[in-house]
Amino acid sequence: MQTTFPRLLLQHAQQRPQAPALREKEYGIWQTTDWAALARLVEQVACGLHQAGLHRGEHLVVVGANRPRLYATMLAAQSLGAIPIPLYQDAVAAECVFPINNAEVRFAVVEDQEQVDKMLEIREQCPQLQHVFFDDPRGLRNYTEDGLGSLDELIAAGAVFAQQHPQFFHGEAEKAVPADVAAMFFTSGTTGNPKGVVHTHSSLIDRAQAGAEFDKLTDREDVLAYLPPAWIGQNIFSYAQWLVCGYVVNCPESGATVNIDLKEIGPTYYFAPPRVFEGMLTSVMIRMEDAGSLKRKLFHHFMDVAKRVGPALMDGKSVGLMDRLSYTLGDWMVYGPLRNNLGFSRVRVAYTAGEAIGPDLFTFYRSIGINLKQLYGSTETAVFVCLQPDHEARADTVGVPCKGVEIKLADNGEILVKSPGLLKAYYKNPKATEEVLTADGWYHTSDAGFIDSHGHLKIIDRVKDVGRIKGGANDGAMFAPKYVENKLKFFPHIKEVVAYGDGREKVCVMINIDFDAVGNWAERRNLPYAGYTDLAAKPEVYELIRECVEKVNADLAEDAMLAGSQVSRFLVLHKELDADDGELTRTNKVRRGFIAEKYQPLIDGLYGGKTEQYIETVVKFEDGRTGSVSATLKIMDAKTFTPVKAAA
Amino acid sequence: MSKVIGDVILDVKNISLRFGGVKALTDISFNVKEHEIRAIIGPNGAGKSSMLNCINGVYTPSEGSITFRGQTFDHMNSRQVAEMGIARTFQNLALFKGMSVIDNIMSGRNLKIKSNLFLQALRIGPAQREEEEHREKVEHIIDFLEIQAFRKTPVGQLPYGLQKRVDLGRALAMEPQVLLLDEPMAGMNLEEKQDMSRFILDVNDEFGTTIVLIEHDMGVVMDISDRVVVLDYGKKIGDGTPNEVRNNEDVIRAYLGTSH
Repeated sequence: MQTTFPRLLLQHAQQRPQAPALREKEYGIWQTTDWAALARLVEQVACGLHQAGLHRGEHLVVVGANRPRLYATMLAAQSLGAIPIPLYQDAVAAECVFPINNAEVRFAVVEDQEQVDKMLEIREQCPQLQHVFFDDPRGLRNYTEDGLGSLDELIAAGAVFAQQHPQFFHGEAEKAVPADVAAMFFTSGTTGNPKGVVHTHSSLIDRAQAGAEFDKLTDREDVLAYLPPAWIGQNIFSYAQWLVCGYVVNCPESGATVNIDLKEIGPTYYFAPPRVFEGMLTSVMIRMEDAGSLKRKLFHHFMDVAKRVGPALMDGKSVGLMDRLSYTLGDWMVYGPLRNNLGFSRVRVAYTAGEAIGPDLFTFYRSIGINLKQLYGSTETAVFVCLQPDHEARADTVGVPCKGVEIKLADNGEILVKSPGLLKAYYKNPKATEEVLTADGWYHTSDAGFIDSHGHLKIIDRVKDVGRIKGGANDGAMFAPKYVENKLKFFPHIKEVVAYGDGREKVCVMINIDFDAVGNWAERRNLPYAGYTDLAAKPEVYELIRECVEKVNADLAEDAMLAGSQVSRFLVLHKELDADDGELTRTNKVRRGFIAEKYQPLIDGLYGGKTEQYIETVVKFEDGRTGSVSATLKIMDAKTFTPVKAAA
Repeated sequence: MSKVIGDVILDVKNISLRFGGVKALTDISFNVKEHEIRAIIGPNGAGKSSMLNCINGVYTPSEGSITFRGQTFDHMNSRQVAEMGIARTFQNLALFKGMSVIDNIMSGRNLKIKSNLFLQALRIGPAQREEEEHREKVEHIIDFLEIQAFRKTPVGQLPYGLQKRVDLGRALAMEPQVLLLDEPMAGMNLEEKQDMSRFILDVNDEFGTTIVLIEHDMGVVMDISDRVVVLDYGKKIGDGTPNEVRNNEDVIRAYLGTSH
């Protein structure tokens, strides 16, 4: 079926006008917008934007959290044949300059004062940015800048126009064809300028449908939209699939209330990167530690049962009668209440993607009866490439190719994808487009991986990051930094890791501790600390991290291919790696090269055999000011293991 | 900022306050204009809180008068003050620690609730409807102060900075014309102070509330106030815009001491 987003909206408004489309919690109450009201709102926004001068084919940026009126704005732009570009709401002003100039954006629709300030700040660098509309007027009463207006006014003007020209909106909305560009997403990019990924109505809708079919999604699903709409994952789950399926998207009250809102809504279809699942598990574990001893014993007893029986039940395998009975009892006493507490009572399908997920973490959720699965995809593929079928979810694979997708492996191990959901191009960047999208229609993912014996895709690392150890005892061994980093990150005490080793004779890592987890650990040991930097430098913490590193080494030693990637030396960083300082991408991936340059003295210290190293770094605060932190970091050796020889 | 400051709304004339032989305040006069942010500053023990307590009706001044909106009083009565539209917050927080944020702020609506205790307790008829109206007002305040995540949290469990915000919320629930803030930033870290300053400015701006605040953190006061009164040992030693006060010899001496 070939259609467009505006048509999908009008279809829902016509067929099920009273069905809820969006809910937003405001003033303590979930306020519902039904499809008919949404269509009216979109019409008014569209008319308003048309009057303000938005042309067919031009771009418009939308900056803010998941707000109903910002969703309506994206639909309104698409109805006029304009192309919405959602930008990350937590990006600093300077990061918005490139996308806005690259796409010659004249119109911005933003959430609140914070975003307005950003747009005004970059106005000099982006002279063509004429119109800025805001959703929430709070604090903006005294702003008198030219071209700044409220969405309220825009909608009011649009309503008048719509009354005078009742046919205008439908006429415009019908003009779009599936092959038209529907939206553009800027990828954070680990190097250089971000790239605008151009998607058409058909590529987004096709993938949304494929995913919906795979998991048999209906119009009765509830989704909580709480991740940045600029990220294609959120956009697919709460925009493309929302319009395809016609389910309800719920917008939380504020960033701080997400967990409360999650409990109240109890979504049926849920999506989160691993770190969110990890955060939830950590908070459960911390609360259990504080519980009374009976509760704690009960919890641990039944969690052991769950670990043994739960995954098998989830995979649809048969289990013994006694096990089944104890699991049912556990479900009644522990897992059910726990699911309820997490807001997962009604979850039918939950996905995690974006990063590798730790096996313990993954198994935990599945064992308490949450159908957590993994998928593989990217901005360029409109998410859905591989998905795990209901009974075949595993921590170390990303599932089987879904409908319409073809996969093959290049000689260097790179995964190539052919799918109806591939990007049309990178905006104004034919060179980059050519690099990833070859003439024969294959998209080069730049991920290295292989298909395992069950037909599931397994990802190892980025192709360009897979390196070789040079010199020393492991000369020529394969080095997969991400693989090593992830293994370390699976420990709850470790938040972030950067591994180096390509072209060097050994592997060294820099580690960020998880402040909550290690802080809690320290408190339980009556270990006083003054803050992050102080805690990170404690000898006890170093000892704790060393144990983690050595466990990983023992694990790596068993894998003949990756035994050379064992970590010889490590240090614990004095500050958290942060996207504001450019050390992480906006999707929280480490920028290894940038970090190596920024912390050159530390790298030299690691490889120079020193036992400590002084470092001073500039940090950027959220309000844009800068400061500096300095510390002398200890550098520690870790035990490595002789590889287990492959049985000859 | 295009802020219009109105006429004098509160006029304090020749106030003296004595506790036995101790003179807490001596012959203090100053006025507050509609829509301004007026600060009372001074070192510890200067008589700032005493001054606020006189306006608020907690203390009865020994001499002098207070004029509010044309009505002159030789002493104020706390209930009457509240009914006239003057609300306050407390230096040492006087919240109901075991009650939720909502209930605490709701208690600020007390004077506005019309139905009697019996109807309220049974939640019947008009009482139910009335409660909903008040709750809506309270929700707007919760939204304004960005404390949605803590609606149902007992106040005693919140960090200090947030408790201060709830305290402010309860005062706002009275929809006051004049808001008296007793050291709203005492004991806060820099970030909390910045947040609180923003809320104070927003209250002043969005609701047009006149604000009288006591503070001994000079930096913050100078940034957000329109006019400042300086007290020292119960006497007024300065009065004017932040700049005037900053350059006032007596004020500098009181704060920094003199070289004798």
